Amino acid sequence: MWDYSEKVLDHYRNPRNVGKIDNADLIGEAGSLACGDSLKLYLKLDGDKIIDAKFQTFGCGSAVASSSILTEMIIGKTLDEAKKITNKDIAEELGGLPQEKMHCSVMGHEALEDALKKYYGDSIDDDLPQDTADKIVCTCFNVTENQIWEAIKVNNLKTVEEVTNYTKAGGACGRCKSTIKDIIDTYWKGAPKREDVHLTATQKILKISKVIEQQISPELQKDGGDIEFIDLDGNKVKVKLTGMCQGCKNSRMTIKTFVESILKEKVDSNLEVVQE
Amino acid sequence: MIYLDNNATTAIDKKVLEEMLPYLSGEYANPSSMYDFAKKPAAAIREARVKVRDFFGAQNEKDIFFTSCGSESANMAIKGVLNCNKEKRHIITTKVEHPCVLNTYKWFEKQGYEVDYIGVNAQGELDVEELKEKLRKDTALVSVMYANNETGVIHPVEEIAEYVKSHSPETRVFVDGVQAAGKIPLNVKETKIDLLGVSGHKFHAPKGIGALYVKPDVRLTPLINGGHQERGMRAGTENVPYIVGIGKAAELAQDALKYEATEVKRLRDKLESGILRSVFNARLNTSISGRVPNTSNIGFEYVEGELILLHLSDIGVCASSGSACTSGSLEPSHVLRAMGVPFTALHGSIRFSLSRFNTEDEIDYVIGKMPAIMDKLTKISPFQDELIELKKRKGL
Repeated sequence: MWDYSEKVLDHYRNPRNVGKIDNADLIGEAGSLACGDSLKLYLKLDGDKIIDAKFQTFGCGSAVASSSILTEMIIGKTLDEAKKITNKDIAEELGGLPQEKMHCSVMGHEALEDALKKYYGDSIDDDLPQDTADKIVCTCFNVTENQIWEAIKVNNLKTVEEVTNYTKAGGACGRCKSTIKDIIDTYWKGAPKREDVHLTATQKILKISKVIEQQISPELQKDGGDIEFIDLDGNKVKVKLTGMCQGCKNSRMTIKTFVESILKEKVDSNLEVVQE
Repeated sequence: MIYLDNNATTAIDKKVLEEMLPYLSGEYANPSSMYDFAKKPAAAIREARVKVRDFFGAQNEKDIFFTSCGSESANMAIKGVLNCNKEKRHIITTKVEHPCVLNTYKWFEKQGYEVDYIGVNAQGELDVEELKEKLRKDTALVSVMYANNETGVIHPVEEIAEYVKSHSPETRVFVDGVQAAGKIPLNVKETKIDLLGVSGHKFHAPKGIGALYVKPDVRLTPLINGGHQERGMRAGTENVPYIVGIGKAAELAQDALKYEATEVKRLRDKLESGILRSVFNARLNTSISGRVPNTSNIGFEYVEGELILLHLSDIGVCASSGSACTSGSLEPSHVLRAMGVPFTALHGSIRFSLSRFNTEDEIDYVIGKMPAIMDKLTKISPFQDELIELKKRKGL
């Protein structure tokens, strides 16, 4: 049983401002039925002031409570004031949410942002290059890089688990977890500048084995397989797939699209990976 | 409070508790000790084993091993069998097993085993033909749950065991009987099942006690090594009060089987048809027949399960949901997904599971309250057009 605050209980039991505004000036949407929660937010404006807000939510107790309290928070505010509201503000207004439920507050914020977008036009986070912003990172829950970036920034997130709690990304098949980790690292360390510095053969070998050990092997182990680094011949990286990967009909794909692309990105763009 | 979550756990029967109490206070002797004071607990364990033997419908009480829970029973069976037969590296199980079984096989997959997971149809019924096709000479273990915890659907484990033994006699058959025990008769001696595990707290014994039936010719390695207890198969000083508890609970459950099949079933059917009749967005996720008598899994379209449970809880009703939000994971139930329950109802599926302690008044109360709850919750849903369409289709 979740440890919901009194305020969450009150808002899912007696949600405020439920329904639809027929001639709404702005409508925002977030989530989807297939993903397990979705929210529609309707705003009625007088000039730049929100004079009415209503919501319809498909979701759990904390999703309904987040939507309900959001409408209370924005009624009477100007759009500029509403724009400043973050998911953190929603969660705080509810007296806190369980960590695993923080994504409900994020959904509230996303619906608000979606509605305001129609007023302000697209204003993607300045920190993130435009072309990567809408890239879907988590295909299970359709979470974009921008959404993850935003959640990290607003909520000071440091781990993949926290990102999953806040955005759901990585919460189903888990394949995007390494990408999420990269986004976290990029956010906190600044984008790693990859210059094609010349590496000696020994440096290359050391770097390849480090990348294999820390980034490639753990992913393969999740599927019951593993990888061994055998040798480096010029730019040819010889590896051996073991465990479940051995003899797997997708092993070529794994080598090319996964192992090689990571090594190219992290070590040297001229590398080629072959199976022993 | 109205407790309709008996597939999660059950209340301890008062008669069970009464039998246990002496062994929680005065009768504390170690049953292995050599003085008169140890006679009573030693005899109590023997007696409990006989009762559990009868409950399983087993030939001999030596075939019964006490464990700490259903998960331990499953682990003891699976790991015990596979460790004794290391040259066979293939396992067949189902997509809808309980996580305690499923995750054990996932672990074996990582050790290099090949595992086939057999699917189910839209009613949750196992594709037995697919299972038969997957059987190989190097299949070490076929593992099928007797009844599914979420849907109550009964799998034809006797037929499967029969087939496996006639085509590959050395392949072992393990049945997770946790959700069948106390709901339908178990008659292991009439079947070709090699191992069958149960958990006491699903049939009114306390939590922390389980049992495993092992056919006499089946070799196992122990999960817990140590002393001679449980004939060396499960070391550790016997949990006397709880063993007494599962014995008594087994006896009472055996006596109540007819009541389960008639009265509990009648109440379950009444609850089910009552809700399906009065709530327009409700759908039965299984067939009417082929289920244990106490379980009903109903999908409420366009409404999320946790929200339903919270509102049921507010009126004192306990049920459960395969919804992602209740489990702490972000994905809905693997069982309902394996069945292909439409995504409109997947997140809003509720399991009601009764016991012999539920009353007609309780069922009437829930049937009476459900339409108002659903009326409130569908109004919050963003899928108003779809709900109106659904209402029309149902002619309401």
